[in-house]
Amino acid sequence: MSTETRPAEAAGRTLPPVDTAPLKRRRRQAAWVQAACIAVTLFMALPIVLIGLSAISSRDALAEFPKPFLPSEYSFETLLAFFEATGTIPALGNSVLVGVYTVFWSLVVGAPAGYALARHAFRGKNSYQVFILLVRALPIVVLSVPLATMFLRLDVYDTVFAVTLVHTTLALPTTVLITASIFVAVPTDLEEAAQVFGCTRWQAARKVVVPLALPGLAASSIFTFVLSWNEILGATVVTLSHRTLPAQVLTALDEASTAYRFAGGFALILPALVFIAVMRRYLVNMWGTTLR
Amino acid sequence: MRLRSPWLLLLPSIVLMVALFGWPLVQGVLSAFTGADGFTLAHWERLFGDPYFLRALRNTLLLIVIVVPVQVVLAVGMALLMQARPRFASGHFYLWCVPLAISELAAGLVWLSIFDNRGYLNSLLVSLGLSENGVQWLNYENTATMLLTVVIAELWRATSLVFVIVVAGVQMIPREYDEAAQVFGATFWQRLRHVTLPLLGPSLQVALILRTILALQAFAVAQALTGRDFPLLVGETYEWYVVLQNPAVASAVALVVLVISLGTAVLYLRTVRQPEGAR
Repeated sequence: MSTETRPAEAAGRTLPPVDTAPLKRRRRQAAWVQAACIAVTLFMALPIVLIGLSAISSRDALAEFPKPFLPSEYSFETLLAFFEATGTIPALGNSVLVGVYTVFWSLVVGAPAGYALARHAFRGKNSYQVFILLVRALPIVVLSVPLATMFLRLDVYDTVFAVTLVHTTLALPTTVLITASIFVAVPTDLEEAAQVFGCTRWQAARKVVVPLALPGLAASSIFTFVLSWNEILGATVVTLSHRTLPAQVLTALDEASTAYRFAGGFALILPALVFIAVMRRYLVNMWGTTLR
Repeated sequence: MRLRSPWLLLLPSIVLMVALFGWPLVQGVLSAFTGADGFTLAHWERLFGDPYFLRALRNTLLLIVIVVPVQVVLAVGMALLMQARPRFASGHFYLWCVPLAISELAAGLVWLSIFDNRGYLNSLLVSLGLSENGVQWLNYENTATMLLTVVIAELWRATSLVFVIVVAGVQMIPREYDEAAQVFGATFWQRLRHVTLPLLGPSLQVALILRTILALQAFAVAQALTGRDFPLLVGETYEWYVVLQNPAVASAVALVVLVISLGTAVLYLRTVRQPEGAR
């Protein structure tokens, strides 16, 4: 450094002082950004930490007031009591079943429609898309009230099947939109090449397009599962004893103890942490672009 | 074959949606307007005579008017923070997105652990000596604090959705525009006002309307936090059907929600379709 400045001094020219203001401003800005990020993260994460701590406190620690940040006594009795409460385990089973069936049916019904939208140009395509968007935009769950009456008449009321039907309808528009965007991303050339080599249209779709679309379809399935896992109103209205987990927690809320509520809330959140971790790569594309 | 095949693929989805959307819609309208002997407005009279209904309508609209704009501002801020590439960006991003997969009910229960009379917030207030016995956040007489708690819970739960939409929008803006403005000496606020926000326009519009429609459907948050003390429209559907066992009035409430959303949805369709047509 010093050797480089010397010739300038020797020449009698003094260098202007280095202006550090922009650098400082930049550093200050970065610090602000960092602080703001941490603030938002605290807002998002702290409540989850708190309910987690409540869920693993003992009953006595929960009743304490003022409550310390870390519970005075850890115990799994709160969570255990929640899972041993009547209806929790069957409801958990129902939730998983409904979720899996919903994923299956919405793919079976929705993926072909998505494929048609992605590959064909046909008359009425526009009206179909408007129809899909309209169904997506309307709160169809409020229609579960008349649906429940229909289900009673058709003798499917209070079954896993009934909830699956409601959730499939709910998930169908999003499945069609997502699968359409996935199939668009699979190059047509590959499909045509398969047909040139003697595949029928159906074989080309099954052996070339589906394997290539598989990661996207998997992500779309998780999305559907989350939708079904979190849906409350429809599941509560069309069932009586075969509740899904959120419906069970909601209807038990009136008589529930605080411990049950906190444990229930925590149990409902745990899968969300996993879902988002798995889906992270697809989040912006799926929720942000395709589904808007 | 060429003409028929796409409709063959579309048919199952159309049948399912008409059967489970169109048919119950007709049924719902019918049951809301018919009684034991033909056409009647009795259900509607009963609904409008119920003091909970007007409160629910007011609360729902208030919630939307407060929550949605705040969420959009917050989400734009969060997206800009992400754009600034902070340290641990992916960790922050993960945590900011977690509420996407959290159900309304769970969100309500989470904030219950904080706003409960013996919850964390009151514990903090008391141990800091700011309050003697804490504030009764969820008392049925304190509509304002109940609104506040529901607003905070909704902000926490649903800002992520707007955030993800805005991030997608920001990613589509070429960086050169911002850099060019920077070269010409625009300040941060000028760049935001004249470059970023106008280009984000379509995304913001969609996020705004989508969130409005979703906020109309909110009810479990309030249910978990306050029971029926802070009624919301869809919560009234639930009350009338599950607790009061009156499907006809429940259908009437459902229709009110549907009509309000239909207005918003038409707006939504126009904004979503227009840019595609322009392309």
